[in-house]
Amino acid sequence: MNDLRELARKIRVLAIEAIYCARSGHPGGSLSAADILGVLYFEELRVDPTQPRWIDRDRFILSKGHACPALYAALALKGFFPAEDVRSLRKIDHYLEGHPDVKIPGVDAPSGSLGMGLSQGLGMALGARYGKRSFRTYVLLGDGDMQEGNTWEAFMAAGHHKVASLTAILDYNGLQGEDLVTKQMNYNPIAEKLTAFGWNVQEVDGHNIDQLRAALAAARSECDRPSFILARTVKGKGVEFMENQQVWHGSSTLTNEQYQQSLKGLEA
Amino acid sequence: MEGPTYWKIGDQISLRDAFGRALTSLGSIRDDFVLFDADVAGGTGAKPFVQAFPEKVVQFGIAEQNMMAAAGGFADTGIIPVVTTFAAFGTMRAHEQFRTAIAYPGRNVKLCCSHIGVDVGPDGPTAQMLEDLATIRAVPGVTVVVPADANQMLQALPAILDHPGPVYMRIGRSPAPVITPADSSFNIGKASRLRGGNDVTLIATGVMVARALAAAENLASDGIEARVINLSTIKPLDKEELLQAAIETGALVTAEDHSVLGGMGSAVAEFLAETHPVPISFVGVRDRFGKSGEPEELARLFGLTAEDIQKAAKSVIVRKKA
Repeated sequence: MNDLRELARKIRVLAIEAIYCARSGHPGGSLSAADILGVLYFEELRVDPTQPRWIDRDRFILSKGHACPALYAALALKGFFPAEDVRSLRKIDHYLEGHPDVKIPGVDAPSGSLGMGLSQGLGMALGARYGKRSFRTYVLLGDGDMQEGNTWEAFMAAGHHKVASLTAILDYNGLQGEDLVTKQMNYNPIAEKLTAFGWNVQEVDGHNIDQLRAALAAARSECDRPSFILARTVKGKGVEFMENQQVWHGSSTLTNEQYQQSLKGLEA
Repeated sequence: MEGPTYWKIGDQISLRDAFGRALTSLGSIRDDFVLFDADVAGGTGAKPFVQAFPEKVVQFGIAEQNMMAAAGGFADTGIIPVVTTFAAFGTMRAHEQFRTAIAYPGRNVKLCCSHIGVDVGPDGPTAQMLEDLATIRAVPGVTVVVPADANQMLQALPAILDHPGPVYMRIGRSPAPVITPADSSFNIGKASRLRGGNDVTLIATGVMVARALAAAENLASDGIEARVINLSTIKPLDKEELLQAAIETGALVTAEDHSVLGGMGSAVAEFLAETHPVPISFVGVRDRFGKSGEPEELARLFGLTAEDIQKAAKSVIVRKKA
């Protein structure tokens, strides 16, 4: 548990470093997803950094692709590529694209255009069923994903086809690009809607390792329903001046002073 | 290994029926593909396959965006999704899903869409997809195949399954004459020259190939020898054949049941403008939406008949350089 906390902290540090070096990126949603990514990559996912395209690996899709600094940080810490590579995020001569790309070791699906991640994960889970493979598929959704019609088509289909090997986690930080989710386009109440769509819905604190761990274990024991974990998170979590601040959603350039302040906060 | 039964030259067969026969024939000999359907198997021609191999079908209901992005994910597990729907939904409604979840990661998905061109007939403009070649061929790395008749369809389907990466195949709805013999080969990226001639080249695709052949017959009686090319792969283009046609005949007519904006004619013109510019006349739908009617009535209304090709040939010959 202490290890996972430490790993999540390292994910945050690397993500901030990447965004600072790139002078663009999405810090708020990267930081809110860090604990979820930590639990997934260091406890839940059956993946092998030495064979990133292993056919029976568990699949992970970051549907909220703009949070890729945190994903790249997790992949680097897991050993898919060197940690110093994240400093070249979004650079013309480098492979770490501004949004996830399958050419990057460990990345299973392209994303960054919201709404397609759950469908791709559903396809992978259906492929596992058809090919009699035992891997599981995980999709991390953001608030914006929840407003796309494509996502709801996937909710409908996964419930209909009873795809129990599929787990969707919502990084529910409540803030989107321009304003509060509840102001821009409220998609709540989510638990009722997804239960009606045939999903097993759980709600957790997305920064509480134990709760995340327990919800993922419960998802694994489901036999005929896909699982949805509503993870309540804080945008910008871990960097005090960013927490719950909508301005840190999008392409925000950190000053050197802000960068140092972020790292200092994350050391605590 | 038992293959499908081919049709006789001159038979009138819808390409969607041929698609169904090709699918069903392959279903019993190959285990590397599944059919993705959005509740339109009756319309796309895939119904016989659905009935014969229900275990090889994944049903998505009327939800094409999900079907398309799911196909990208499914392909990642090593089985080929043959995604079927009407072209309006496959190449336009779910266009971004095709681009981002299939083409960009280079996934092995075959998108096979019926209901293209005014050939759709009475269903009218919302079902008559006149822009699919324009939308799909603009996507990097996508192979675009358009069989000209039922016999070609029987060969095209296994060929696209064997061809790695994303492929779009265009499937006509109305009965069309069989013009290719059963023993002719189908190679992706290769055009076939159906008739020789050095006065002008008629480059046609899909249902327009039979009309181009008829136009060439009529032109011959006026003393004009027209070369006829069946361009059954729109992307990648058979550059050698096109360049030869431009050099040797000096004038081209392109003919397609599609908008003249961004379709096969545009593809040919883009290539030749940079290599060997010659006068080209475009036969296709002129920047307008479709309309309900019978296919042959619509072909007349939109200028897609053999006579329209003849007229275009005569006018383009006048523009040839002395």
